[in-house]
Amino acid sequence: MNRAGERARVQVEGVHKSFDLDGRAMPALLDVSLEVHAGELLCLLGPSGCGKSTLLNIVAGFMPPTRGRVLVGGAPVTGPGPERGVVFQEYVLFPWLTVAQNVEFGPRLMGTPAAGCREIAARYLEMVGLTAHASKFPAQLSGGMKQRVAIARALANDPAIVLMDEPFGALDAQTREVMQEELSRIQRVEHKTIVFVTHSIREAVYLADRVVVMTSPPGRVKEVFTIKLPEPRDRFALEFTQYEREITRLVKEEVMKVHE
Amino acid sequence: MTRALGLGAVLIVWAAVSYGNRTLELVPPVLLPTPGEVATVGVALALDGSLARNVLVSAGRIAAGFALAAAAALALGLAVALYTPARLAVEPVVELVRPIPPLAFLPMFLVWFGLGETSKVAFIAYTTFFPMFVGIAASLLRVDVMLLRAAASLGATRWALLRRVVLPAALPGIVVALRLGFGLAIFVIVGAEFIAADAGLGNLIMEGRVFFNPAQIVMGALLLGFLGALVNTLLVAFERRAVRGRAPR
Amino acid sequence: MSTVADLVQWGLRGAALPSARALALRVGAVLAFLALWSLASGLVVLLELFNPIFLAGPWLVLGKLLQLALNGQLWGHVGATLGRVAVGFTTGALLALALGLLAGQLRPVRNLVEPIVEVLRPIPPLAMLPLFIVWVGIGETSKIAFITYATFFPVFLTTVHAVQQVDPLLLRAARSLGARRAQLFLRVVLPAALPEILTGIRLGVALGFFVIVISEFIGAEQGLGYLINDGRNFFLVPQMLGAAIVLGLLGYAGNALVMLLGRRWLRWERPSAS
Repeated sequence: MNRAGERARVQVEGVHKSFDLDGRAMPALLDVSLEVHAGELLCLLGPSGCGKSTLLNIVAGFMPPTRGRVLVGGAPVTGPGPERGVVFQEYVLFPWLTVAQNVEFGPRLMGTPAAGCREIAARYLEMVGLTAHASKFPAQLSGGMKQRVAIARALANDPAIVLMDEPFGALDAQTREVMQEELSRIQRVEHKTIVFVTHSIREAVYLADRVVVMTSPPGRVKEVFTIKLPEPRDRFALEFTQYEREITRLVKEEVMKVHE
Repeated sequence: MTRALGLGAVLIVWAAVSYGNRTLELVPPVLLPTPGEVATVGVALALDGSLARNVLVSAGRIAAGFALAAAAALALGLAVALYTPARLAVEPVVELVRPIPPLAFLPMFLVWFGLGETSKVAFIAYTTFFPMFVGIAASLLRVDVMLLRAAASLGATRWALLRRVVLPAALPGIVVALRLGFGLAIFVIVGAEFIAADAGLGNLIMEGRVFFNPAQIVMGALLLGFLGALVNTLLVAFERRAVRGRAPR
Repeated sequence: MSTVADLVQWGLRGAALPSARALALRVGAVLAFLALWSLASGLVVLLELFNPIFLAGPWLVLGKLLQLALNGQLWGHVGATLGRVAVGFTTGALLALALGLLAGQLRPVRNLVEPIVEVLRPIPPLAMLPLFIVWVGIGETSKIAFITYATFFPVFLTTVHAVQQVDPLLLRAARSLGARRAQLFLRVVLPAALPEILTGIRLGVALGFFVIVISEFIGAEQGLGYLINDGRNFFLVPQMLGAAIVLGLLGYAGNALVMLLGRRWLRWERPSAS
């Protein structure tokens, strides 16, 4: 595997995570081990509370695992870093900066000269179709537009890995489908390693190369599916529905456990 | 528009009551000054320059005290927000001192600093320091951790986080704290000038009592209210410019 | 400053400390403050920096307070101040509530009262104190009337706002369940407005304690404000500081009382944590 490929590989090794609620330990993740291949889009799927967002946060470096470790490009994760870009469910754009300034944020931190930053921002804004809104503030945008800015911002920093935590969760159904198609299109150009958290099975089957189904809390890996469908994917194709059915069956098992 | 109408209505009612009282003498007329009498006092003091002089003296005390307190509140607020040990040491003490009404310390300031300008400036500084300090520290500490996460994932170091996220994110709250502090200074300056001052708007108002001239009291109070409202409007406009673009339209 | 890893995990506040440890640290901070104060006043005496009465140590303040408490004088002053604030505030609050509820509900009342309030609101209440003295003299009545005036505004303004802010959807729901005008007011508007009204009451209480001192500087023989100002003449700093602290305690207690009442009446607002 070449250097670039190695850089974009994520290895989760025996990760446990427990939260301390004033003395009591609440286990969220239990011995999770998996590998994310370079350039693939991997979905973490599971019922509420299964720890998929917690796992993402650990890979992002926002919190340490209680046990085990995460390796990115062979090096252990000790905190957040620009090689792991993040797209959040609540967008988290900087409200005091314009759209363009938000997208320029990463390159500016890296010391890129101003002209270079503007050029990079312009390129990614065009990729997500927001060139016309470059001088607006986040407060003036709709949810879908904000999320596109967030994606542009993350990509503009050229991370090897992009971590996305239910990025389309706050959007209405139509916008959500459009965004999924956008992401799929961008991925075919950029070939980033993407770890995508969702609770929507349709979304996972549409986007993912592989789907990791997690158990009910405390979360473990239940099963890993490889999605072999032609691009661009047809949501109504027979094979698509078959994957959906199979994964739904597994997820339902876990959801039933929670409701016992 | 409706505000002007409302003010006009109040003026009419006031005139009616006070001029009516002049003829009916329900209450000694001197106790219920008419708009005309109040205006006369104001004009007289304006013409001989003492109105402007007194207003400037008060304004000077407010400005100096506020500037001192603001600088201290910003410095200490930043220190407390960035260094947890500092916060843990200072927070409980501030919580203890805060409930004591600042005016209760006014005589102490007079004992410590005498009856001159220093005591009033120091008192204004003390009074406005605590609420501004608490407000500024709270704004900094409240910065959304998600913003920090977003910036860190874009490669921000500690200092980049402080400069490019914490300060801009806390700015609206800091500006509000400063504005409220300034308002508080205007609120207490009169009280400070009642007790031991030979100049200032508060002194002017108190003179109205000493020389049994209610018209002067009313004039001073109205002027103070007007100036305070004016300054507040200016500060709010300034505040809006400082957070331009952020609030949803 | 914390590391990036800590900042992204907890924010600027840092990790929550276990409650026992947090309490210990708070107590420690207060003790350290008292120690510093004692040290400072001790150094003043030792090094003869300036007249030590200017920086009386905490033990002197406590001693003076105990002395006044034991010989009964303190209670007279506390009672006087408390009485003025209590009577003044109650009157002001009742007036403000009555007028505020009416103004919030009935447009004609609002149009009548609001212009007057708008003119008087920007004027710091303290500026009106001399007027009260001229009108009513320097006795008890004038002080109580002044407190009434001062506390009226925060309670009135928040009450009007609270009534106007009641969610129209709640009113719609009640009407479609058959509520008539009076019922609507008593059973929907009032409970919905209560949280904000209580906030206004807290502000009024705080304001009452805030301004009482000044009114007690002029023409009083009893009261904490009187104690403070009286101490000026002979530099009785422990007395001045002690009375100020007691005043702070009273204000704190008043606030705590309102919060307690609030928690009882507003139990529906915050369900108890499981």
